[in-house]
Amino acid sequence: MAVTAKSLPLTDAEPSEREDPGEHLMLDPRPRGEMNAMVMESMQTTSRGFWGLTLILGLVVAICLFVAWGYLIAEGLGVSGANRPSYWELFLVNTVYWIGIAHAGTFVSALLRVLKVEFRRPFTRAAELMTAFALINVGLSVFMHLGRVWLAYWLIPYPNERGLWPNFHSPLSWDFLAISTYLVASTLYLILPLIPDLAMARDRSTGWRKIFYRILAVGFRGTEAEWTHLKAAMNIFAFTVLPIMFIVSTIVSWDFAMATSRPGWTSSIFGPYFVVGAVHCGVAAVVMVLYIIRKTMKNMKYFIRLEHFDALGKLMLVISILWAYFFFNDYMVSWYGGDTVSKILQKFLEQGPVFWVFFTVLICNALVPWLTLWNKKVRRTPGAMFVIGMLINVGMWFERFMIIPLSLTINHMPFTWRIYVPKIEIPLTIGTFALFFLLYMIASRLIPLIPVWEVQEGQMAHSLRKVGKATVISTTEIE
Amino acid sequence: MATPNHEPQGKWGMVIDQDLCTGCQACVTACAMENNISFVGEEDAGYGRNMQWIRIERFWTGAFPGVSTNFQPMLCQQCGKAPCEPVCPVFASVHSDAEQLNVQVYNRCVGTRYCANNCPYQVREFNWRDYPRPEPLNNQLNPDVTVRRRGIMEKCTFCIQRIRRGEEQANAEGRAVMDGEVVPACAQACPANAIVFGRLDDPESHVAQLAASQRGYKMLEDLDTLPRVTYLKGGSSHGSNG
Repeated sequence: MAVTAKSLPLTDAEPSEREDPGEHLMLDPRPRGEMNAMVMESMQTTSRGFWGLTLILGLVVAICLFVAWGYLIAEGLGVSGANRPSYWELFLVNTVYWIGIAHAGTFVSALLRVLKVEFRRPFTRAAELMTAFALINVGLSVFMHLGRVWLAYWLIPYPNERGLWPNFHSPLSWDFLAISTYLVASTLYLILPLIPDLAMARDRSTGWRKIFYRILAVGFRGTEAEWTHLKAAMNIFAFTVLPIMFIVSTIVSWDFAMATSRPGWTSSIFGPYFVVGAVHCGVAAVVMVLYIIRKTMKNMKYFIRLEHFDALGKLMLVISILWAYFFFNDYMVSWYGGDTVSKILQKFLEQGPVFWVFFTVLICNALVPWLTLWNKKVRRTPGAMFVIGMLINVGMWFERFMIIPLSLTINHMPFTWRIYVPKIEIPLTIGTFALFFLLYMIASRLIPLIPVWEVQEGQMAHSLRKVGKATVISTTEIE
Repeated sequence: MATPNHEPQGKWGMVIDQDLCTGCQACVTACAMENNISFVGEEDAGYGRNMQWIRIERFWTGAFPGVSTNFQPMLCQQCGKAPCEPVCPVFASVHSDAEQLNVQVYNRCVGTRYCANNCPYQVREFNWRDYPRPEPLNNQLNPDVTVRRRGIMEKCTFCIQRIRRGEEQANAEGRAVMDGEVVPACAQACPANAIVFGRLDDPESHVAQLAASQRGYKMLEDLDTLPRVTYLKGGSSHGSNG
């Protein structure tokens, strides 16, 4: 059992700088039974506003997603805004955006779990749920994009009498395999740590909920052997899902980088640039979701604290700086590379009719985080963090908009240059967002959003110790 | 990938003389008739969805009154190393070994539009809708060419149906295809004979001799796509600088 200790700024610092150890969730334990009851209560409390919003979101999903998509399939892509040369439209912007959101869960949960970062404990589940639901939207957006969606299964390598296979040279085939692998791996990674909490819920509920949890908890009783196996499985999946996360974003970037004849796309920096961009908007989205959960759900102020916003804020700042580094690298290729068409494209992005997109991207993704997140007061104001998170998400969405339809506007044939105007993509985009929120709202009342056992485990491992005159937090490794 | 940088034996090729092109659009019309290309209507055409397997790009140079017009007929260049081919996830855009053409398998296309994005010449046409064929246009469909539906990609085939017919005719008569025997619709309709079609692997053919002209150049040659279409420089550039 390894014990690590780090000193708290309790004694040396100025009185105003001193931290109250009770502010840390890990040092503010509550009895198990009480904590379980708190989580159960948060799950079972629904207000009239909750149902009203669910109804509205359901209607939006029905109209904006299903009716509009049906119309799109029946009429063909003519009802979208795609044209020559912008053959790719908002659907693929959304695809890349939702892949970014999907990175939230894995990055925040798996990476921080592997690195044994303690502040992750209360919100891993909330982030993993985002991954699962965002990946549903990724799939939907890709299918919306296809000209003949009813033949989408041709992308699957399945044996058939004509001996036809997908083309493994095509980045889209890699995409298909990467995204489906990611969906399976991250769903399993969501379910595994959920099992003990479902068992906890099973033991504390009645009626249909009891049946529901009994099925999902797969007979988990909490014996020593079960815990050993579960921990081993979680460890394996945490290490498996991490490389998949990096691979998915890199492969999505290759859809663009491998298009060898396109100005603005042929950039070898795209792989890491997209990974960082995805993590950037993913972590920002986690902050937004945490704010909403904390604000609207019962008992969440105990679990999700200012220290968590503080820690995520620091993470966002670092990622923002990293993103800017890659953005500049990518910019250099067009600015200093000397390719004529790339230069025209750069000029179009900066001074063209939609120049505001370029500057929105820079302001939201770099300027706003840099100007605000260095400040501890801002990081500890959940409302401010929500706004910053939202701005980063807007910025990252527009970054993809800039990379896809706007970059497609300029190509080697000046005769075909034309601005893209989205049409049915707009309701469908609203529909995918509504679907995400709807799924999340339903899930928040069906499965424990807080991994109770992980919080309890963390609280058991943490203690305050006196070393000489100083008080230090010590962490015991339980494994 | 690691293909050696030499030109495969391209059988069929085209030469377009920009000195002779008057921009009359007869080729565009003939192509649409021959290949059952949909008429997209004014609105869609104005939004960049006009379906033309060959289009006349018109460029103005200079300022009034010293203005000059240049025409650049643009069609699929039937690249030897086509950027559209490797990106298709379902092998709908493939290379034909027999004719050395880029062929599009309509039935296989699922409509990802990746090929169109990756085409540096922007000559691939997507069926955005099922466009109606008003009377009497529905009566003039060419039975040799598939009618395409919405959601799939299409492009110039070098009138492969005419190539096949010419080859079959020659086979039946036990001889090789003669120079000038196979003429695509655009070349047939061109009143100025600006478009010449034939076999590039036959050094005696008209097209091979024209392609060797000093005025000849390939479109976007620096992208190394190995096009089968050679343009002959027109206007003042001819003779003065090259």
